[in-house]
Amino acid sequence: MSTILLIEQLLNGLQSGLMLFLMAAGLTLVFGVMGLINLAHGSLYMVGAFACAGVAAATGSFWLGLAASIAAAAAAGAIVEVAVIRRLYARDHLDQVLATFALILIFSEGTRWLYGSFPLYLNVPPSLSGSVTLPGGIQYSLFRLAIIGAGLAVAVGLFLLIGKTRIGVQVRAGEADREMIAALGVDIRRLYTLVFALGAALAGMAGALVGTIQSVQVGMGEPVLILAFVVIVIGGIGSIKGALVGALLVGLTDTMGRVLLPSLFDLFMETSAATSVGAALASMAIYILMALVLVVRPGGLFGARA
Amino acid sequence: MTGTKTGIHRETRMTKYLTTTALALSMLGGAAMAEPVKVGMITTLSGGGASLGIDTRDGFMLAVEEAGNPDLEVHIEDDQRKPEVAVQLSDEMIQSEDVDVLTGIVWSNLAMAVVPGAVRQGKFYLSTNAAPSQLAGKGCHENYFSVSYQNDNLHEAAGQYATDEGFGRMFIMAPNYPAGQDSLSGFKRFYEGEVANEVYTQLGQTDYAAEIAQIRDSGADALFFFLPGGMGISFMKQWAEAGIDMPVVGPAFSFSQDILPAIGEAAVGVKNTAQWSKDIDNEANAQFVEAFQAKYDRLPSLYAAQGYDTARLLLSAMDKADISDADAFREALRAAEFDSVRGDFAFGPNQHPVQDIYVREVISEEGQLTNKIVATAMEDRGDAYAEECSM
Amino acid sequence: MSPVEQIPAAGSEPMAAAPARPSRATLVNAALGLGLLAFGLGAWAMGEVFMVTLATKVAILAIAGAGLNLVLGYGGLVSFGHAAYFGLGGYTAGILAHHALNYTPLFEWPFLFEGTTSMPVIWLTAMVIGALAAAAIGALSLRTTGVYFIMITLAFGQMIFYFAISWPAYGGEDGLPIYVRNGFPGLDTLDPLHFFGLVWAVLMAVLGGIAMLARSRFGLALQAARQNRQRLMAVGIRPGGVLLTAFVISGAITALAGALYADLNRFVSPSMLSWHLSGELLVFLILGGTGRLFAPLAGAGLYIALEHLLGGVSDHWQFFFGLLLLAVVLFARGGVIGFLAGGKRHG
Repeated sequence: MSTILLIEQLLNGLQSGLMLFLMAAGLTLVFGVMGLINLAHGSLYMVGAFACAGVAAATGSFWLGLAASIAAAAAAGAIVEVAVIRRLYARDHLDQVLATFALILIFSEGTRWLYGSFPLYLNVPPSLSGSVTLPGGIQYSLFRLAIIGAGLAVAVGLFLLIGKTRIGVQVRAGEADREMIAALGVDIRRLYTLVFALGAALAGMAGALVGTIQSVQVGMGEPVLILAFVVIVIGGIGSIKGALVGALLVGLTDTMGRVLLPSLFDLFMETSAATSVGAALASMAIYILMALVLVVRPGGLFGARA
Repeated sequence: MTGTKTGIHRETRMTKYLTTTALALSMLGGAAMAEPVKVGMITTLSGGGASLGIDTRDGFMLAVEEAGNPDLEVHIEDDQRKPEVAVQLSDEMIQSEDVDVLTGIVWSNLAMAVVPGAVRQGKFYLSTNAAPSQLAGKGCHENYFSVSYQNDNLHEAAGQYATDEGFGRMFIMAPNYPAGQDSLSGFKRFYEGEVANEVYTQLGQTDYAAEIAQIRDSGADALFFFLPGGMGISFMKQWAEAGIDMPVVGPAFSFSQDILPAIGEAAVGVKNTAQWSKDIDNEANAQFVEAFQAKYDRLPSLYAAQGYDTARLLLSAMDKADISDADAFREALRAAEFDSVRGDFAFGPNQHPVQDIYVREVISEEGQLTNKIVATAMEDRGDAYAEECSM
Repeated sequence: MSPVEQIPAAGSEPMAAAPARPSRATLVNAALGLGLLAFGLGAWAMGEVFMVTLATKVAILAIAGAGLNLVLGYGGLVSFGHAAYFGLGGYTAGILAHHALNYTPLFEWPFLFEGTTSMPVIWLTAMVIGALAAAAIGALSLRTTGVYFIMITLAFGQMIFYFAISWPAYGGEDGLPIYVRNGFPGLDTLDPLHFFGLVWAVLMAVLGGIAMLARSRFGLALQAARQNRQRLMAVGIRPGGVLLTAFVISGAITALAGALYADLNRFVSPSMLSWHLSGELLVFLILGGTGRLFAPLAGAGLYIALEHLLGGVSDHWQFFFGLLLLAVVLFARGGVIGFLAGGKRHG
């Protein structure tokens, strides 16, 4: 494999990792601050994609669609938090899993009710379509570059938000000791709603960006949800830094596994069989990675608590 | 039982006893003629892939309504694309509702779960889509008819087309599951050039950046891919973004009318193989396309056409034989004396179609994306497994 | 009513003396067990063959749930990967029958084995394989706790799922049909009623076994491990060993259910291994009332009944099902049995 191809594949891994980070950041924040397992996070991703497709189709502007996706997901997140999630903080993980599983059913079937079963159209805006030539002669999709940029920007923004702002202080305090910050006079209910809506907005944004280059359809959130869980478990639940490292690890492992494993098996097997076996192993690669990490470090890479 | 007019669009259990209004009339009139034929349709109406099942059902029901045959009763259920649900539904239909004919399954894995059991219990199965190789060769059965194709057919035609076009090196790609593996071997069966690289992707994969980079790097003359459903939508959008100047060939599944709008302009110009297209020039087809659009306000897809033909085949057999005489009914099905929307249509020895397979090009027509026939890839093609069938 | 009278597992003080007369919980359990039997027989008498099949499905899923309940309800381990054992059991049945029906030996060394269509042999093999898989997965997973345990069990489940999808030898994603249901000495398993009776008997045997296990020294240690690991160590028992043993037994029971499920559908496919199934098993337990002996039966029965009834009312039944589930979690804690039998649930 040429160096240029290798670099291109690394970029691809980076891009898919950063999108996973947008999903994982919300999940890990919600778990870290409120101690809640939210299976319905993938539904918020779907809400973002549908809102973007809907608004983009109505107005003809992708950018309005993107704004709508963030707004719609944040609003959906806030509503769900106030109506349902709030009652689950004091419950055990089992109740949380079941209740948010119920939310998945409601969101998926509700969306199908509104939009029907056919996939929606959503495409890259003209200003970001096509590909550019990077230094070294790599041809790379402009939109994917933009996704990488957006992902990095969100990551920096989140670190600043958590590290430098008042809300960030409250969030970190909440992770450390929930009773404590209530005693300090922080309106904890408002903080929780805010954190949940923030996580939802990030998921909605990821849904819109990824939906643009993939397909917008009911159920699109579930595979991503599982991956996002893998990410936060590898990184250590509750840690934003862990989510970032975990997301990049998963993105790179998945991409490079798909590319390299079949070639590896090709060295000592017949081509058809090698590609098949290699692809099979590649699809298991991230789960093997996760199991390895957990066996060596049962609390994830940057885990504060189990 | 109620003969409902509204029942066609709702497959709720109460109203599922879809009968045409004519049935209600005939029951009022007390007319008892030939024994009614009960059809159980199991298809995907919810979850991922529901659009395929909905088109299958709508095409099938269009033909049923047009015929207005009071002796035909259709019972529709949603399999949610889960094999165990499909098995359960077929048990319910066979054990409780005593259906005579089963049909409608979209996916090969669901067909493998239902068909062998159903035909062994003496029921007829008419496939509107899925036709795995296991049921075409050694596992063929006298009660099993595929009205669509044999699964390999469209891939074979793509291979033939690539050979005809003189593509010397092809990059070929499919998901890593049995239908994907069959797809690539079907393609290679008729492709005489060199395979630059073959890649298996993950089932349900949505990001193809890594594969697209490999394709660009391979320097192949053209690309063949089989990625049904959402996978195909994702791939085509990303492919268009990558701006690679390479001809693309694929089976019709990724360019069918139900998903073309979701892919958008990215699909224009792609060649795809199919045994049906809305511009096949015959009377039955023109009538079908017009009636389907009038009734459902959208263009029919390949699946709708297959559903429609399946119902027409069944109706033609009902005109000739009584369902209570299974042998006669089977002969009537085998004769396939109906006006197919595909034009010429006949069954081969393993009761799979012998038919022409076309090459279509995706075009933009009156602001809508659709397909146009540009060549005939194979004439009177049967399938590779018929010899193994000892029927 | 005193909590003493509950199922040993669910009570906060399992060491207490046995009740003199049947408690309300015992009556509810008896009603559930006999109710399922009566439903199956009644449906048969009325010629509703499909209802017999549905009752059989409930019984099988309840067995799988009972396996999960052992680790989750009694041991407090939330496994999100029990579909792995269910699917392995299913594939054991499918592969053994496949070789027997095609007369192709499964292996020739160290002795010739041509597969089998005998249910007892299949069950035993499935349980051994389920136990082995659970031993390997459990040994690694039990190093973690809490959410990490949930996710690592999911990861192992997904690995097996993807392996089954892409491994072509036994059908991959297409699955593996079993053309004729496997046999049981003295019964005609193709007869829905015979098969239902057999499965019901297995369910009762499994539940009886778990009840005995829960009362045993091992069962008490298991529940103690859930409540307070330190206390257990203080009396000289390693919680890890107890939990791993429970995990292995649980895997074996769930694999047995998988083998039965394969025979019910006469078909095995990777969907038996999917995380959705792991999730459904959890839903059964929570619906039924985690940690109650008959929770899996109550939950599976309610789930299947709702699926069947709601499916008849609307295309969008999953929407209403979601609302209902949500209502159960938010307002009806303790599940069906908690509601019927009363008493406090742990946790």
